[in-house]
Order: sequence, then C-alpha cells, then structure tokens
Amino acid sequence: MGKQSQRSVGEESAGEVVMGLRESFASGKTRSYEWRAAQLKGIIRMIDEKEENIMEALEADLSKPKLESFVHEISLAKSSCGLALKELKRWMKPEKVSSMLTAFPSSAEIVPEPLGVVLVISAWNYPFLLSIDPVIGAIAAGNAVVLKPSEIAPSISALFSTILPDYVDSSCIRVVEGSIPETTALLAQKFDKIIYTGNAKVGRIVMSAAAKHLTPVVLELGGKCPVVVDSNVDLKVTSKRIVVGKWGSNNGQACLAPDYIITTKSFAPKLVDALKVSIENFYGENPLQSEDISRVVNSNHFARLSSLLDDEKVSGKIIHGGQKDEKLLKIAPTLLLDVPDDSLLMQEEIFGPLLPIITVDKLEDCFDVINSKPKPLAAYLFSRNKKFEERFVKTVSAGGILINDTTMHFANPNLPFGGVGESGVGSYHGKFSFDSFSHKKAVLHRSFGGEVSARYPPYTPRKQKLLRALLTGDIIGLILALFGWPRS
Amino acid sequence: MAMDLERVVEQARETFESGGTRSYFWRRSQLRALKDLLHEKEAAICEALKLDLGKHRVEAYRDEIGFLIKSVDHALQNLKKWMKPEKVSVPLVAFPTTSEVVLEPLGVVLIFASWNFPIGLSLEPLIGAISAGNSVVLKPSELASASSKFLATNLPKYLDNKAVSVIEGGPLVGQQLLEQKWDKIFFTGSARIGRIIMTAAAKHLTPVCLELGGKCPAIIDSLSRSRDVKVAINRVAGAKWGFCSGQACIAIDYLLVEEKYAPFLVDLLKEKIKNCYMRPADLTRIVNKQHFQRLREMIEDPLVADTVVHGGSLDQESLYIEPTILLDPPLDSEVMKEEIFGPLLPIITLKKIGDSIEFLKGRPKPLVIYAFTNDEKLKKRIIEETSSGAVTFNDAVIQFALDTLPFGGTGESGFGKYHGRFSFDQFSHRKAVMRRSFCLEFSFRYPPWNERKLQFLRYIYSFNYVGLLLLFLGLKRCSST
Repeated sequence: MGKQSQRSVGEESAGEVVMGLRESFASGKTRSYEWRAAQLKGIIRMIDEKEENIMEALEADLSKPKLESFVHEISLAKSSCGLALKELKRWMKPEKVSSMLTAFPSSAEIVPEPLGVVLVISAWNYPFLLSIDPVIGAIAAGNAVVLKPSEIAPSISALFSTILPDYVDSSCIRVVEGSIPETTALLAQKFDKIIYTGNAKVGRIVMSAAAKHLTPVVLELGGKCPVVVDSNVDLKVTSKRIVVGKWGSNNGQACLAPDYIITTKSFAPKLVDALKVSIENFYGENPLQSEDISRVVNSNHFARLSSLLDDEKVSGKIIHGGQKDEKLLKIAPTLLLDVPDDSLLMQEEIFGPLLPIITVDKLEDCFDVINSKPKPLAAYLFSRNKKFEERFVKTVSAGGILINDTTMHFANPNLPFGGVGESGVGSYHGKFSFDSFSHKKAVLHRSFGGEVSARYPPYTPRKQKLLRALLTGDIIGLILALFGWPRS
Repeated sequence: MAMDLERVVEQARETFESGGTRSYFWRRSQLRALKDLLHEKEAAICEALKLDLGKHRVEAYRDEIGFLIKSVDHALQNLKKWMKPEKVSVPLVAFPTTSEVVLEPLGVVLIFASWNFPIGLSLEPLIGAISAGNSVVLKPSELASASSKFLATNLPKYLDNKAVSVIEGGPLVGQQLLEQKWDKIFFTGSARIGRIIMTAAAKHLTPVCLELGGKCPAIIDSLSRSRDVKVAINRVAGAKWGFCSGQACIAIDYLLVEEKYAPFLVDLLKEKIKNCYMRPADLTRIVNKQHFQRLREMIEDPLVADTVVHGGSLDQESLYIEPTILLDPPLDSEVMKEEIFGPLLPIITLKKIGDSIEFLKGRPKPLVIYAFTNDEKLKKRIIEETSSGAVTFNDAVIQFALDTLPFGGTGESGFGKYHGRFSFDQFSHRKAVMRRSFCLEFSFRYPPWNERKLQFLRYIYSFNYVGLLLLFLGLKRCSST
C-alpha cells in the first residue's frame, strides 16, 4: 500500500515536471539563438567554477584518478560545449537544397527545429560527461530537457541537482534524481526524444516505453569491444595503448574499453610480456595500491566480476594479476589466456579490469570470433598490413573502428558516436548531437506561376504525355508534349 | 506457413552474410532490374491499381510508376557517390590521424507497405534498402490484394530472389514477421500499428522508421490576384479529390480560412468539383467497405450532416463517395478529430488568418502543413511557430516528388525520413573509422599520473599550442590552473 502511494506520488511528480517543461517549451523561449547560447555559456561557466567539486564527486563515486576525471569528463564536456557554442549559428541555419524540373519554379530548404521535451538518462561510469554531453546537444537544438543522472553515481547525481539550476534556466532544464521507480515514472510520460546510455537490457525497456508515445530514441549501449593484434606492430606502443585504453578508462568500466584481445598463437607470448611490462610501468608492482586506477564502482559489480573470475572454466586461465581487495573494491589488472568461449566472461560485456586473450591459428580467424558475437560499440585493430586493415574495416560491423589505437575516436567530434545492432541505435557528438535532437523540416516554397494543367483531371492523352515528360525530367519530351507531338 | 516465413528470413540473412548484396554491381543490377519492371509491367501495374482502388492511369503513373522511375534513376545516378566513405576532419592535436565515416548496410530489412499507394510505398523504400546494400523482406498491404499479388509474382522475376522476397498476408503474417529479428523495420501506415511495430522492434533493439499520418491542414489566405486564386483552387482540389480521393497521408485533410472569405472559397471549390471531379472514372474509389463505413459515419453524424454545403452522397455498391465540402463541422466531431483519409473536405473558419497558428498549436503534429499565401510574415510565422514533418507554400503534395527534400513526420506523424539520399542513409549504418600511426607518441597519455602530464592535457584541450610547446621544451613550469 505504501509502495503504491509512493509510486503514484512519483508519477505525479514526473508528470508535473514534464508538464511544466512542456509549457516552457510551448512559450517558445528555448528557440532563440540567444537563449541557447546563454545556456551553453552557463554550462561552460559551471564546469570552470565547479571543477573541484566535480572532481571530488567523481573521486567519491568511482575513485577516479584526477587525470582521468580531467581528461575524460571535464575537458571533453567543456570542449563539446565550446564547439556547440561556436557552431550554433551555423547549425541553426536552414540548408538550401535544389528543387527539380518537376517542381519548377520553386525553392526548397531544410529547416532544423527543436523536437520539444527531451529525456536524458545517463550512466554511472562517466556520470558527468554522459549526463552533460547529451544535455548540451538537446539545448543546442532548442529543446527543454529532463536529466536523470545515474543513482549508482550518487555524488554526481546530487551535484547536478544542486549546481545546475544556478547556471541554466531551470524552467526549461530540470534534474530528476532517483532510481528505478523514478525512472519508470519518467518513462511513462510523453517525451519528444529519449537518449539512454547504459546496457541493452534496460535499452529494451526504454524503447518499449518510448513506443507507447511513438517517441524516437537514441540508445548508446555497449558490447564486447575486441582488439585484434597483428604480429607486425610496434609492440611497445601497442601494449601501452591497449593498457591505457583498458585500465585507464575507468578501470575497464567503459563501453569503449577493450573487452578482449584476439591474436595469433605464435605472437601471444610476446604480446602478453609487453602487456605485463606496460601494466607494471603504469601501475607499479602492486596495482591494488595504485592511485592511478579507478576502483570497481560498487559491491554488486565487485561480486559480479569476482564470480566471473572464480568460474572454474576461467580461474585456471589467469596469467597475470587476479588479486582482489573487497574492502577497497579493487581488482588488479588481470590477463587471462584462452578462456573458453562458452564461459560467462566471453559471453557478456566484462566492464571491469579483466582482459582475456584469445589465440587463433591465423589472424584471419579473428573474423569468425568477432562475428559470432553481437555487434560491439567499437572494434580495434593493431596492424601495419594495409590489406588486412582494409578487410577489417569492410568485414567488421561495429559502431566505430579504430586502427592502431583504442578509444580515441570518441574524442573526435566530427565522427558520429553510436552503436549498431545490440550496441545501440542512433548517434551523437558534435553536429550529430544537434541533428539528433532536431527535426529537419522540409520547406518548399512554390509560386503561383508555372501552373501545369496536366496535373488535374479530366485526364486527356496529351496531359498524360506531358506528365510523363515532367516526371522524368525529360525536357525534349516536355516540349514535344506541349506542342502536341507524339513521342513513343 | 510460419516455417516458410522463417525460411525466407533465414535465406535473406544468409545471403546478406555471404556478402551477396554489398557490391556496387549487385545494387546497380537490382536497381536497373526494378526500372525494367516498371517500364515493362506498366500496364499490369495500372491494372492492379485499377482493381484495388479504381485508380485512374494518370494517377497511377503520376503518383506511383513515374514517381518510382524518377527515384530509381536518381539512385542509379548517385549510388557511387552515396557509397563512398565521407572524409572527416580531425583536430590538430590528434595528428597524425585520419578519420572517415563508412556507410555500411544494416543487414536484413523488413518493409511494411500501406494500401493507398501499394506499389509506390512498397518500392520506394525498397529502392533505398537495396541501394544501401541490404537484403529485404517486403510485406505489401493485404487491403490492396491485386497489387500485393503483382509484387509477389513479379519481383522474383526481376530481382535477386535470394536477397529480396515478398511475403503476402494480413495481420497474422505481420505479427509472425515481427517475431523475427531484423536489422531495420520500415513501416508506412497508422499510428496505432506504428506503436505495435515499435514495441515489437524494441525486443530486438531494432531501429525503426515510422511514416505515419495526421490531419494535414491547408491555410488559405486572401490572395489579391484572381489568377493566384484560380491556381490555388486547382491545387487544393487536386490535393484532395485528385489524389487517391484524399486517401493519402499527405492529402489536404481540412482547410483553414478567414470567415469572410469562406463563402467565396466554397463557391470556387464547388465549381471546380463540377468541372473536374464529377466523373467517377477520374476518381479513385474508397478502398473497401470498412473505410466506406467509417467515412459514412463521419458524414452521417447529425451535427456534421448539417454542415455539408456540397456533395454528401454515397454509393456503397461502387464504394463511391461524392466530393464533399463541410463548413465548420464541430471541432470535437470524428471528422475533425481523426485523419479523414477520404473525399470529405471540412472548411474551418477563423476570425483572422493568423489565428491558424494558435489553432494548430495544441494539435498533434501532421505530416505536412500547407499554406496558400503571399504574406511573407505569415510564412515566417508558420515555419517558426508550428511543427510538422514538412511545410509547403502555395502548392500541395508535390513536395513528395522532390528527391532533395527529406520525407517524414514528427511527433504523431512519425519519425525517420527517406526519399533520395535520405533513403540511402535510412538503411545504412554510418560507421566511424579512425586510423592512427605508431609514430609520435606522447608520454602524457599514460600513467603514472603527475601534475606535468595534467598540465600538458590542459593545454591540449584548450588548443593552447604555444603553452604546449613551451612545456614540452621545459621552458614553462606547471601551474595549478
């Protein structure tokens, strides 16, 4: 009974929030360039002035090293906002397009307009960036926004609630904190777009809820990002880039972090040695004590990762690391060799500091391994062999592909960031954010001249010829038809 | 039957996975074959459309055959260009790096077509799906059974039938198809079914494109030149009674006009109907008994029947409804609440034409808003203060023939767009590809972390190249800001 009333109170609040935002949006205030620019400027100011608070909250929620917080969350958020501010006028401009003979005389353009009220459901692993970046895109496109930060990163969630209203127009941009009941209450409301970052299971729930209102969605999900390593590479650089891509990305708890490696049986020993060297160089002899690596976010995920390791199919395959400290919620960077494919470790997204290495006879066999799994958000290849690289780009379907590095493509705002298949729907970043949160309205201006009576009944043979010519842009046919001459 | 269906989908997937649909040559051959089909089977298509809808040959050509030929030509001309990866610029700090966006097919696509343009709405998305290199299963509408049969019989004769299949049937077959896993679902139809489709797609995280409908209004302003008025009347009438008898998502649903001009407008429309839209042979009939009944109930609502100022007669035998004009039917009547999809034209009068903006604001977003006006201020207000899939000034329907304009809805009228290049994009995955080299390594990318590395990164992110250089050369000390 108590739970019932709590849920109905939750729904009412969610309904009231969305209704208020809808009224604000209907008033038209979010549409002007000035309003959008003011919000973006406010967000940049917030990041500048509250940098310390944000870093502290990230430390509390994830034990994220200061440098990771700075690079992956603060800087990326700030540069995304800066880019939106810089390009906003250009993005908002209608795009003239050509119109064809069929519609002569006319002029046509595509006018971007806001969708209305957007819901941003964020994730816990980059809780600041993955909240503010979609909000930036939604605002740039002129929408009102509800932000629902992840409850698994409670300090950042609370921080947003506290500071965001001081920097942006809170009649149009609201933060709603909470967990499953609050999210469910929000999803019952009608939004004009929903962007969700998280896992595929909840992604399905979000899309089903959106279907009731015919709300388009962007789902930024995950997957097992493979790293294929050829033998002709610069081994030192390769191992550094893999190690920092894995354990330097929130300790492997990132949708883009390398999930598993595929290399040849002959090359594996060399690669393993190089990885071990890099791990030690970066995190010292006792990585559980290193301050340069995030912790596992909470005891649930710790238990999940522990059981992946303790699985009898897996525990014998550990070749480096494997140490755990439950109190500190830390698991050492762990390498595993040739874990069986039917183990949970090789079936589910790891999202943690465990890196399995799968060996194959020849490198081409990697395609079978990768294609037997759902399409990932990213696929990585280290190789100097141009032909193999071309084949990789052509054969592997993933959200994005990066050659000779890991995770970096995320930082190029000119590339669309999003998945395909199980790794997601839609994309954002840079202009793709603006486009994602806009409706591109086709506008055709016709004049009253150029009237073609052939368009209307009664339909005579002459009219039919004329229409045929017009439709196919056949100028000669058109002239002939106008003069009443036949053309077969 | 269900087994056959599964087998068809399986084959489509096998064909796709074997790479059979990816080459430029395969896609081009399929598009050329479609073009051949359209040319060689023109008569058969017209026959099917006549049986299904009583559609006149001219409407059949203008709205379906000719339209499709234009689309196929456009795709053939541009296919190479569309297939090319798009080079993308990279910020200097990431040097040396190249980035591009590679267009790749999604995989196996399911297309649901509607009954009112049964050939056009089947083949236009098909053109896009094939151009993008997918294999396709097409389910035509069972309400246009002759067209459905035509497609099921002829597409396999012209196209690669391991990659493109047609599955006929009604809602049960539709349901069975939705249980399969698709890489994209493209649906044209009603919002009610759109919801069902999206809900089913959610189980597999399948992206969808929903081309739905709505009540497309036409705002009729006062026009000073009588020639303009004449043209406007032609176009308004054509977009209702000359366009599948109003059974089209982009047909004009109702008119908005200032009350002082309404009588004048009614007279002109009456005259137009008498001159051009009286011969049943020129008009498409109502598709079936259910829709006929639905429209009959709309007119026979006593509060609505009173507002009929022209037409209103019905013939159930031939499924014919006379072009009908209604003047100010109640706004809460069926005819003003639901998409009409028929030859009834309500005219709603307003005190001033600018009130049309307010009128539209509270209502679901339609696929198109039409406005016949020379008032630039009003045009600007319509673009900026209303929302719809598209806006067309001083004409109607014709926007759908432009390959350069995206065709699609927003809100209740759907999401996703197609036609021309937008079709190709709709059925593609835009894969980000970045290539780096091994040379030029920066130690500040890697742990163990220290203040100096942090400072480097601060400079990089603010694109402060000078500070970066000085720091690199050891000529600058780290600071905490």
